[in-house]
Amino acid sequence: MRTTLKVTLAAVALAGTLGSAQAGEKLKVGFIYVGPIGDHGWSYQHDQGRLAIEKALGEKVTTSYLEKVPEGADAERALERLARSGHKLIFATSFGYMDSVIKVAKRYPDVKFEHATGYKRAKNVSTYSARFYEGRYIIGKIAGKISKKGMAGYIASFPIPEVVRGINSFMLGAQSVNPDFKIKIVWVNSWYDPGKEADAAKVLIAQGADILTQHTDSAAPMQVAEEKGIKAFGQASDMIKFGPHAQLTAVIDNWAPYYIQRTKDVLAGTWKSKDTWGGLAAGMVKMAPYTNMPEEVKKMAQETEEAIRSGKLHPFTGPIYDQDGKLRVKEGAVMSDKELLGMNWYVRGITDKLPK
Amino acid sequence: MMSMITLERRPAPSRLWSLGAPLLALALAVALSGVLFAALGHPPLRALYVYFVEPLTSWWSLEELAVKATPLLLIGAGLALAYRANVWNIGAEGQLIMGAIAGSAVPILWPDWNNPLAMAAMLALGALGGAAWAAIPAFLKNRFNTNEILTSLMLVYVAGLFLDWLVRGPWRDPMGFNFPKSVAFEGWHVLPTLSGRVHLGFVLALLAIFGLWLMLSHMRFGFAVRVQGVSPRAARFSGFSASAITMRVMLISGALAGLAGIGEVAGTIGHLQPAISPGYGFAAIIVAVLGRLSPWGVLAAAFLLALTYLGGESAQLALNMPAKVSQALQGMLLFLILGADVLVNYRITWRSGRDEKREEAE
Repeated sequence: MRTTLKVTLAAVALAGTLGSAQAGEKLKVGFIYVGPIGDHGWSYQHDQGRLAIEKALGEKVTTSYLEKVPEGADAERALERLARSGHKLIFATSFGYMDSVIKVAKRYPDVKFEHATGYKRAKNVSTYSARFYEGRYIIGKIAGKISKKGMAGYIASFPIPEVVRGINSFMLGAQSVNPDFKIKIVWVNSWYDPGKEADAAKVLIAQGADILTQHTDSAAPMQVAEEKGIKAFGQASDMIKFGPHAQLTAVIDNWAPYYIQRTKDVLAGTWKSKDTWGGLAAGMVKMAPYTNMPEEVKKMAQETEEAIRSGKLHPFTGPIYDQDGKLRVKEGAVMSDKELLGMNWYVRGITDKLPK
Repeated sequence: MMSMITLERRPAPSRLWSLGAPLLALALAVALSGVLFAALGHPPLRALYVYFVEPLTSWWSLEELAVKATPLLLIGAGLALAYRANVWNIGAEGQLIMGAIAGSAVPILWPDWNNPLAMAAMLALGALGGAAWAAIPAFLKNRFNTNEILTSLMLVYVAGLFLDWLVRGPWRDPMGFNFPKSVAFEGWHVLPTLSGRVHLGFVLALLAIFGLWLMLSHMRFGFAVRVQGVSPRAARFSGFSASAITMRVMLISGALAGLAGIGEVAGTIGHLQPAISPGYGFAAIIVAVLGRLSPWGVLAAAFLLALTYLGGESAQLALNMPAKVSQALQGMLLFLILGADVLVNYRITWRSGRDEKREEAE
């Protein structure tokens, strides 16, 4: 068996070399998604990025994808399948693929891997993520202005730094226009569960929230907001079709600029392993049109967006106190990326306890 | 004139159809999926080849087939035994999770104890964890006559949340930026592999199938299980204790599910994380039933199910077919196989209206 295997491998390797030697061969770019693509949400936005590559570089590139790849033993097989079938650039678009990416990357040193939201890199593995907290600061400010009761309901997934950072950024934004702003948080322990998310939305409204935001993937909270006649913010995708009267704006994941750039890098032979964490300035975070709000709030939102984009404003600028009153960021200082990435405490003004 | 199809019970299960039914189902499934592919605009023969044959044409995908079949074999063997005794353990998924947790205690709590003995302890703890979790519904059934279908199923969610809490809380990798995963397993905490990703768990899975066969056909306990399943009264008269059988089949099926769990974690994933199984505990129910609760049937069914997963992936990549299509195919295949099984015990007869009238007149 061993020898057969080796012979096969040699044949595959040979075929590979011959293949790449042929002139005019298109670069194959592969993707794995954790969810089905659907028509909105996390995996959908990554697929939009894939389509953008095809649109921009279609003459030199073909793309393919595997959807609904579970974050366990199956991820490694899916990645290996892409590598074996000649994909030279592979995007793994969920945190749970991290160790599988590292393992497969070791076996295919000539294939470039890109892992979203992870922290393990290698010579042929880059990581990338987006500074969604920038958008959350803007929607926090809008909520601070729009909410009559001064209370937002926040539907959260899991208490990991990414989500905690979003809650804090939202709260800091809201407090910048309404220092007494309050927030209620419900953890649904899922990234996507329309039933639970809708229930959470109803509970939050019953507790007095008159504006909703979410760090989960379904459009259910937006639909509840529309039904109850309150306002809400879209998540990951523009959700205006689910809440034509409810949506104020949405924090959109926009992977297209990054995906196109990295594909170009591979084509040009300049691809290097690195970590990218881009926000509004890089175009990786986009705001949906500001709707259903008074003109002056819209103006404030646009100005905030511009200030963050130009670098004039950083949402995590001191003084920032945690909920126990301890000073975490000194006056005028900006929190480091390292601190942002490991954030596991709430800012002052949040009364809930962070689940540990 | 009305004519109708009726099912007539055969006096004894048909030998011909017990072999022919799965083949008929397979043929029907192939034909129907061809129609489905054609409707989606793919050349049906090429699609069928990509789906059912291509995964068998390279050594790598055969390895992957074995990897995918490993947990299904282990759990399927255990469930077949339990179902033979009329004990409906639906909670193998939870037992898998508890096995993974118990076995992972070694690398997470005692990372320095890294030798072959530690690996043996991981496997033993994995089996114990699964068995202990399965003992709960067995105990409740014996003591309070609760329905094990409900209790074992509900315990799946308890186990899932327990794992979630562990990897987000006390068992989280301290160097992992607060992300929900444990430290990576290394050295003897990872199961040795035979070829590619095929690990020790696969050997254990084949042993489980063999053990099931041995038990059912050559051992007194296997006989007691079969009698209990067919006729509880007869079992009682023969002096077999129903509650002892219930407890033992639950313990065995739980232990095998627990082994599958630690196998996944220590064999392929390499650390503990919130999601360790894409529902193997539930898929194995299909495997057990599809395999008609027999050892060789389970063996074949586990590989068949594994093949549909792999084939679905090939089809996605080669033909741009959505993942949902392969799920639909899986469903169709299972439906047809179970449907065709009716032919083993029943005969289809055509009756014209006239026959019926005559019967009524008589």
